[in-house]
Parts: sequence; C-alpha cells; structure tokens
Amino acid sequence: MADKPRLAVWKFSSCDGCQLSLLDCEDELLAVAGAVEIAYFLEATRTPPEGPYDISLVEGSITTPADSVRIAEIRRQSKTVISIGACATSGGFQALRNIGDYDEIVRNVYAHPEYIDALKTSTPISSRIHVDFELRGCPVNKHQLLEVVAASLAGRRPNVPNYSQCVECKRSGIVCVMVAHGTPCLGPVTQAGCGSLCTSCDRGCYGCFGPKEEANTRSLGKRISEDFGVGHRATADMFRTFNAGAEPFRREALRHDEH
Amino acid sequence: MTSTDQTLPEGIQAQNRTIVVDELARVEGEGALDVKVEDGVITNIKFRIVEPPRFFEALLRGRMYSDAPDVTARICGICPIAYMLGAINAMEDAFDIVPPAQIKRLRRLIYCGEWIESHVLHSAMLHAPDFLGLADAFLIAKVNPDLVKTALRLKKLGNTILEVVGGRAVHPVNLKVGGFYRTPRKADVKALEGELEWAIGASVELLEAFAGFDYPDFEQDYLCVSMRHPDEYAIQEGNLVSSRGLDIRVADFPKHFYEEHVEHSNALHGRTREGEPYLVGPIARYNNNYEQLSPYAKEMAEKVGLPRVVRNPYQSILVRMVETLYVCEEALAIVREYEEPAAPSVPVDIHAGAGAGAGVTEAPRGICWHHYSLNDAGRILNATIVPPTAQNQPQIEDDLRGVVQGNLDLDDEALKWRCEQTIRNYDPCISCATHFLKLRIDRG
Ligand code: SF4
Ligand code: SF4
Repeated sequence: MADKPRLAVWKFSSCDGCQLSLLDCEDELLAVAGAVEIAYFLEATRTPPEGPYDISLVEGSITTPADSVRIAEIRRQSKTVISIGACATSGGFQALRNIGDYDEIVRNVYAHPEYIDALKTSTPISSRIHVDFELRGCPVNKHQLLEVVAASLAGRRPNVPNYSQCVECKRSGIVCVMVAHGTPCLGPVTQAGCGSLCTSCDRGCYGCFGPKEEANTRSLGKRISEDFGVGHRATADMFRTFNAGAEPFRREALRHDEH
Repeated sequence: MTSTDQTLPEGIQAQNRTIVVDELARVEGEGALDVKVEDGVITNIKFRIVEPPRFFEALLRGRMYSDAPDVTARICGICPIAYMLGAINAMEDAFDIVPPAQIKRLRRLIYCGEWIESHVLHSAMLHAPDFLGLADAFLIAKVNPDLVKTALRLKKLGNTILEVVGGRAVHPVNLKVGGFYRTPRKADVKALEGELEWAIGASVELLEAFAGFDYPDFEQDYLCVSMRHPDEYAIQEGNLVSSRGLDIRVADFPKHFYEEHVEHSNALHGRTREGEPYLVGPIARYNNNYEQLSPYAKEMAEKVGLPRVVRNPYQSILVRMVETLYVCEEALAIVREYEEPAAPSVPVDIHAGAGAGAGVTEAPRGICWHHYSLNDAGRILNATIVPPTAQNQPQIEDDLRGVVQGNLDLDDEALKWRCEQTIRNYDPCISCATHFLKLRIDRG
C-alpha cells in the first residue's frame, strides 16, 4: 500500500460531472482503486485530505477568494496537477459572469446579495497555478481520463488528440451535418475527443471540448452567422456555452456582439 | 422531534465540546453544520451550503429557449436528465406542445436510466458504507466484492440506457424541446433487454442485502411533496401533490411554496407558504404514490419490512432500491414495446405571446421545478429553477436537530458519523443548489 502512487480528486466550482466520469468507469474502477491509493476523493471516500499526492485531478473553476487560496495549497502538495473538464480548463458556463454586470447577476438570483462571498470572475485552474496537463470536455471523456492517469503514472505524455472534431467525423464515417443538412456546427474549431456525440445524433457539434489548437473561429463564425443565416446574436451564443471563457471562443463571440 | 425532556448522562451539559468535520465526505458538493447546545437542548442549528454559487438562472437570460436543456444539464452531473426534462417540459408548456406517446415513453426510458445510475451510486457507493461502519465503497469491495460488483454492473446499465437514448451518460446530447434530435435505433434499444432482465433480480439482491443493515431509531412526520400522474408512478410528467391532500397544477407551485435566502447558506431554502419544511424525493414519492408501484415492487417492499408509509429517513436507502427495482421493470417494458417513432421530434412553433411556461420532473432526489418567461422571439426573459436540495434543506436541518438532540450522549466521533449518515439520507446534490461540510457543535 505504502508505495502505491497517491491520487487525489479535488472539486472547485462545478457540477461534479467530470469526477463522476471517473466513478462511471465501472469496469475499470476496481482496477484503478487497486493500482493507486485513492488518498482523497470527496465524492467517494471519507478520508480527510492529507498530502503529499502524486497526482491531483482538479475539477471546477476558481470563483471564490477561499478557493484561490485552496488551489495554491493543492499545488504545493502535489507532484502532478491535471485539470479536468471545461470548468477547470476554461472557467465553465459560470465564466459567462465575466462579461456581464456581476452585481446585477447576483441580484437576479439572490434576495440578499450581501450574503454572497464570491469573485466577480470564474477562471480556469491555470489562471492561478501551474497545471501539468489540461483535459478537455464537458464532461471529460472517461477513456481519455483513464489514459491521462495511466500516462501520468508511467511518466509519459498522454495520448489525447488536439485536432478538430471534423477529423473525428471523417474517421467515423459520419456524414457532415453542415454539408449534408446545412446544420450549423462548431466541429471545425472544436478539439476532438467526445466520440462524435452530437454529429451522431444529427445535430451540430456544440463545442463542449473547447477550441482546438489554432482554431479559425473567424471563418467559421462568419459562415454560420452569414451563410447559414443564423445571425450574429445566435452565433455569439453558440460560442458562449461551457467553454465561453476559452480565449478563441470568447473573442469570436465578442466579434459578433459588435454587429 | 425536538424534545426538551431529554435525559442526558451526567456531565454532558457542563461540557464544552467542539466537533469539527472539515468536509462532509461522500456528499455531492460541499456544506457545513453548526449546532449550539445549551443546557442539553439544541438552541440553534444551521446546515450551511458554502459552495460557490454559479448563477445559472441569471446567465440564461437573453438566450434562446432551445439553449435551456443543454445549459441547465450542467447544474448537476448526477441528474442531468432532471434538469433537461424540467426545462423541456416548461418550454413545451409555453409553446403548447404535447409530444406523442412514443416520445414520452422514450423520455421515461432515459429517466429510468438516470434513476438506476443515481440510486445505485447513492445507495451502494455513498450511503451503504455508513451502515457498515466503513469509510468508503472501495472498502466494501474488500469485504463483500460480489455486492460491489453487482452494484457497479447495475449502475453501468443505467449509464448504458442514458447512452443509447441520450448519446452520453453525463450530460446527454440527444434531448431537445419537442423530443429528440435522433430516434434511437430499434436494435440498440432491444439490446438492453437481456441486461434489464438480469437487473430486476440484481435490484432485489441489493435490496435484501441493505435490509439486513441496522437502522437507527428515528421517525419524522414528514409533509411529503411529489408529482402524481393518473396512470403511472410519476417520473417525467404529472401534477404536484402533498401527503396532506394538496393537488395542484405545475404552474401553481409558487402559490404554495417559496424559496428563502438565509444568511448561512448559498442554497436557497424551500418552504411551504405557511413556513413549514417539506420532504421531496424517494420517501415522498413512495408515500404518495405507493399504489402505483408494480405488484412485484410492492411485494418486495413488504418482504423487507418497509411500511406502507415510511417515516424513518434512514430507510430511504431501501426505498431507493425499491424504486430501482420498479424502474428496471418499467424500462424493460418500454424496451420490449419499442418501435422507432416516425419522427424524433415535433416541431416547435415560436409564436408571439407564448409568454411563459412551467415544468417539473422527479429528479432522483425529488422534484425539480422550472419556470421561464419568454419574449416573442423565444428568448428567455427570466428563469427560475428550484432544485430538490434547496427544497429539502430545511427538512435536513430538522432531521439533524432531532438526530443530534437524541444522540447527545454519543462521543464526538460517533455523533459526527451519525450526522453525516443523516445528511446522506438525502445526499444533497449540493452543487445543484449552488456549494464542504464543517460540523461544529458548541455544547455550551
Ligand atoms: S466541465 Fe462540465 S461536466 Fe465537468 S464539472 Fe464542469 S459543468 Fe460539469
Ligand atoms: S459535422 Fe461538423 S464536425 Fe463533423 S465534419 Fe461536418 S463540420 Fe466537421
């Protein structure tokens, strides 16, 4: 037991969907539990946190003063920090507060805004500490999650694609929904890895894996808003979901606001 | 439940003890409990949810009605269907859409998947360890590997249903206002049949294993609030009823219930307009709609000694398994009769004056109520979402008050354990209500 690598799973502002993806590895879970010492996992264990840790998986975004302190402590105690999911890698859906009137947003939901102690922004884990690897997805793909944990244990680079969703569609033989049905799709600018979920359901990719490397959002944004007649406002909304805080998506949405 | 004539062992009243539980483990999200005891009587109890708020309702404003299901799914990863279908029902109410029976059956099927996945995760992995005095499910795997293997296989079946109908287990992509993006293939749906046949027996196995646990002696006279449907055990459609005879339309929820913002919690607290706490979730559904369970589910409930009206909150673990058994039977029936619908969805007609809509569904932890007002172009003007945890919050506080009051003779560690177990009767999906449990007992 003593020489097993120690794994911890941390939660910040999130829906818990990414850590659940780990619990959803039903077939692999007991093997994972056997290969590592699960030192801390709020969702599954009762053990109080006690570092140091070999691997820390971090879910969720930084949205409170206390959390910006807690994440620094986790970094100090961990050899490897991997942020998992759209919340942890880009701020999540809650990052939409960054562009709104924060006080007005709080007043809309809470009768007593003075009771609320939160930051005006929701930002990714990498905005506060050095992160060794960022795994995308809302939620993360459980096979990718296992790959990243396995790679970290083996001390190698995880095998996770950084090409676009279009490549994945072609490989899976999925007929392009833009070409065939004129359905607006974020696939060309979105990182592959979900398993072509949306396009296999005959809908356009909604970008839950966030921007691929060097995404040409300008070209796609123009095509969707103008050629497909979606209009600027709806195009901006397409870029403003779970990865709204990711720079290429944030910028593209702003561009459409200007119209 | 608070009794003032509690006789305490010598010395307890005089003691000044502080119990601190830094985090309440195995609860989805984060919370804290402060208790003040004076002369052996609890004078103040606060269950706090301190996880950061995410402001989903405010951030939905200005977006198209069609964004609501995918966005609200992200409120909670354990029960995304509850949010998706709650939002969908509300939008369909606004647009006067009544989907055909086949679409409703498919929605019931995917919801059965969510109940199986969530109930088994909650019961076997998060709650059962409490009864066994074990720290976590990984330890049960050492003591009783078969039980954990059965639970994992059952949970996986729930996820498989979510994947077949919804495309993904956490945050499905295939649901929309009007129905589905794509019709699930008959062969894929039929392929669930064999595993569902196994699942009925497996649920009974888990139910019987859990029935052997020691149940703390504690009863509450709950005001149970749930949905009810004339023809079936309500899950994804119906009106709202209470154990005291209330029977209202979904839209009338705010006339009878409200949410209060209390200083000690980021989760709003649901109460009746008369200011009373109320219970939503498995026990509320079971008590209100027992007659509509299947004959086999009722037979098994009786066999393990569940009363017709459950008042012991710790028995929620058993009710969850009875419901799991029931939804396995339901899912099997739906799978057997399944034919691909002619169209995956019905069209949505965004008409001026659609105005507003309300929707509710039975999330695994209780009713999840949505209300949206819309402009003439179908954009959201205002959104209100009342998740189950917010509604149960005052009831959880009430249970904790009774449990702490009745167990002041326990030492700090044992009392802490009992409080955690009590909260896990509900397993507050704390992240849905907003959201780390610190327990502080000031025995003044
Ligand atoms: S990235 Fe998505 S699934 Fe993961 S915690 Fe955030 S909202 Fe949930
Ligand atoms: S459907 Fe979308 S992701 Fe797939 S090839 Fe077409 S544009 Fe690319």
